[in-house]
Amino acid sequence: MSKDATYEVPIGPIHPALKEPFMVKFKLDGETIVDADPHPGMNHRGIEFMGMHRNPLKVIPLAERICGICSIVHQHMYTTAVEHAAGIEPTNRARYIRTIMCELERIHSHVLWAGVAAHEIGFDTHLHFTWKIREKVMDLLEEISGNRVNYSMWTVGGVRRDIPKKMYRRDFSPKMYPKIQNTLEYYEKLYGKLEDIFLGDPSIRLRTKNIGILTEKEALELCGVGPTVRASGVKKDVRIDQPYAAYGDLELDYVIPSRYGYENTGDVFSKTLVRLKEILQSIDLIRQCVQKMPDEDIDSEPKKAALLNKLKKADGEGIGRIEAPRGEALHYVRLKEGHEELDNWKVRASTYNNLATYAPMFLGEQIADIPIIAACIDPCIGCMDRAEIVDINTGEQTSYDHEELHEMSVRKTREILGDKL
Amino acid sequence: MNLEELIISLFYVLIIPFIGIFLGLLYKGFDRKITAMMQSRIGPPWRQPFRDIRKLFMKETIIPDGAVPWLFNAAPVIALIAPLIALAYLPIGPLGPIMEGFGDLILILYLLAIPAVAMAVGGLSSGSPYATVGAQRELVLMMSYEFPLAIAAVTIAWRFETFSLGVISSTPVWWLVGPVGTLGLILVALALFTVLPGELSRVPFDQAEAETELAEGLFVEYSGRNLGLFYLAEAVKMVVVGTLMIALFFPQNLTNWVTIGGPEIFGIIIGDLVGNVAFFLLKLLAVIFVSVSVVRVAVARFQIDKASYFYWVPMTLIGLLGTLLVWIEGVIL
Repeated sequence: MSKDATYEVPIGPIHPALKEPFMVKFKLDGETIVDADPHPGMNHRGIEFMGMHRNPLKVIPLAERICGICSIVHQHMYTTAVEHAAGIEPTNRARYIRTIMCELERIHSHVLWAGVAAHEIGFDTHLHFTWKIREKVMDLLEEISGNRVNYSMWTVGGVRRDIPKKMYRRDFSPKMYPKIQNTLEYYEKLYGKLEDIFLGDPSIRLRTKNIGILTEKEALELCGVGPTVRASGVKKDVRIDQPYAAYGDLELDYVIPSRYGYENTGDVFSKTLVRLKEILQSIDLIRQCVQKMPDEDIDSEPKKAALLNKLKKADGEGIGRIEAPRGEALHYVRLKEGHEELDNWKVRASTYNNLATYAPMFLGEQIADIPIIAACIDPCIGCMDRAEIVDINTGEQTSYDHEELHEMSVRKTREILGDKL
Repeated sequence: MNLEELIISLFYVLIIPFIGIFLGLLYKGFDRKITAMMQSRIGPPWRQPFRDIRKLFMKETIIPDGAVPWLFNAAPVIALIAPLIALAYLPIGPLGPIMEGFGDLILILYLLAIPAVAMAVGGLSSGSPYATVGAQRELVLMMSYEFPLAIAAVTIAWRFETFSLGVISSTPVWWLVGPVGTLGLILVALALFTVLPGELSRVPFDQAEAETELAEGLFVEYSGRNLGLFYLAEAVKMVVVGTLMIALFFPQNLTNWVTIGGPEIFGIIIGDLVGNVAFFLLKLLAVIFVSVSVVRVAVARFQIDKASYFYWVPMTLIGLLGTLLVWIEGVIL
């Protein structure tokens, strides 16, 4: 037998541990991982390119279809970026409604993640439990927006729907939005049970403690975002660092394990802890929003034709940067005067940053830990996927850096223009 | 053996496999339904396993290019035959072991090891990296749970001073021991209970199949008839292991407490027979419920090293302690 007893196991592109097409090639020594090499590129849909061929308002429904779970996040970033580029301000009430929706979605996303994590370690009972309680927040989201998943609530300069009148009473009592309050109370009541399950259950602790460790230094070096790095003790949260929507008016603090008397180990357990505590934080934020929400219009420009006209005249770049449930994400939009379509649109989802943190987390762990570590950054491949260049004849995969691409572009221009240069 | 006995034996041998398969699928259905109810799901109807089998046998059987065909095809057949043979050596409710005198507890332990080995061989011969990892895990797990299983078997056999299951199941072992021995037997029974999910590759010991890790591991390349045979093997194995548990620890019949009576045919009282069989089926359901359904709902899958540790250290120690207590009572007290 040769000395090198390693063998390669590909996880993906289709594998039960992954919810979306994606591939990580693992080099294993027995059950131990010695090398992990992620290969994205199976789920690239060219949405940015599609978006550059329609007007800014038509892109909103397209933007939310980038992702199935954080659809609000993409709408929000996109509209913020367009508002930034065109110099439009959303109304204050719209800011609060946006915040409420964002936080509701965070609850929904984290509860869903907890279920997926339980399934990955073979604990299906909790998958069914968490997905059952998730229904309640989805019902509320449907009640507010009319849809369960792709909400279509946002528009440039505000939101399209107010929080419905039947949820609304004029007096500023704590019971002002009873439907919302009821849902929040439901989650507060169940929160203890969730914490019991995910932080207390011995067999879950066995599978999450000291698994997939990301140290604070690695987290900073690899530019990870969101709960993934907050679990390592990195204080990084766009809601506090660069407040958007109504977060500037609200009181909130970084959710890191040391705040709750745990160590900032950065293992799967602390990532679970951070996500669970963020559910509580979201409940608190929605309460604050409901208390402070001003009574005014929800849309600064209700006439869509006028708005489109304004956007057509606008010229400039804009950035929408928000804290998605998975971490910081960003949209970049460029508008050109006289052009109806977007001039440029770039999406950078949180998974793109967090993918780099896979390498230190996987090394030295077992095959059995692959699914839970893969899930612990809450990957959303649909959000982040990039194209990969494959030679069909040889199956060889290559990548081009910026300079190579620039050179190729120059060469092509020369070819087309020939001797006119 | 005269002709009459031979005919009866042949009859049993031909009938028992079908009963075993039927019961296995039936209990599999109940297990799925009960598990679903405990997870607040609706779950499939109890006859779903029968439908699954029907469908699997109609499907195309694919043999992958990298496989060793004869080994790949032989593995599921061996995996099914071994527990079916074991069934003939086990006392089923009021009926004693049919092959009494031809084999005992030791043979059953060997027959129980064969399906695991066959699965590992099938996995290794399929040429898939997932199946290879699954096969390694299956073998590691087998080596781990054999220890507490052997301890339990030896303890009971030592108490009866025979390995014959006919003798062992004729008297509940609890009647032979005092209070200290009872405590020891409880510990041994506990160790054996934890072996059951491992033997049946269920959560938390389903590392060899581990859907989210290895995409069904061992069975990843299996399809159609071959997969159906494995499915049947698993179902029959559930009955065999459950029956073994009952034969060792709970062989009581309903007639120990109540007699139903009824007409008598060939010296058998029909009412009592029906009562005993029903009681046996209930016991089997209870054993499967406790050791498979409840455990499956209540815990997460272990990593393979932790599963191995679980069997080798805590469960072996508990089993040995139980044996020690039984021994102390038998020899010293």
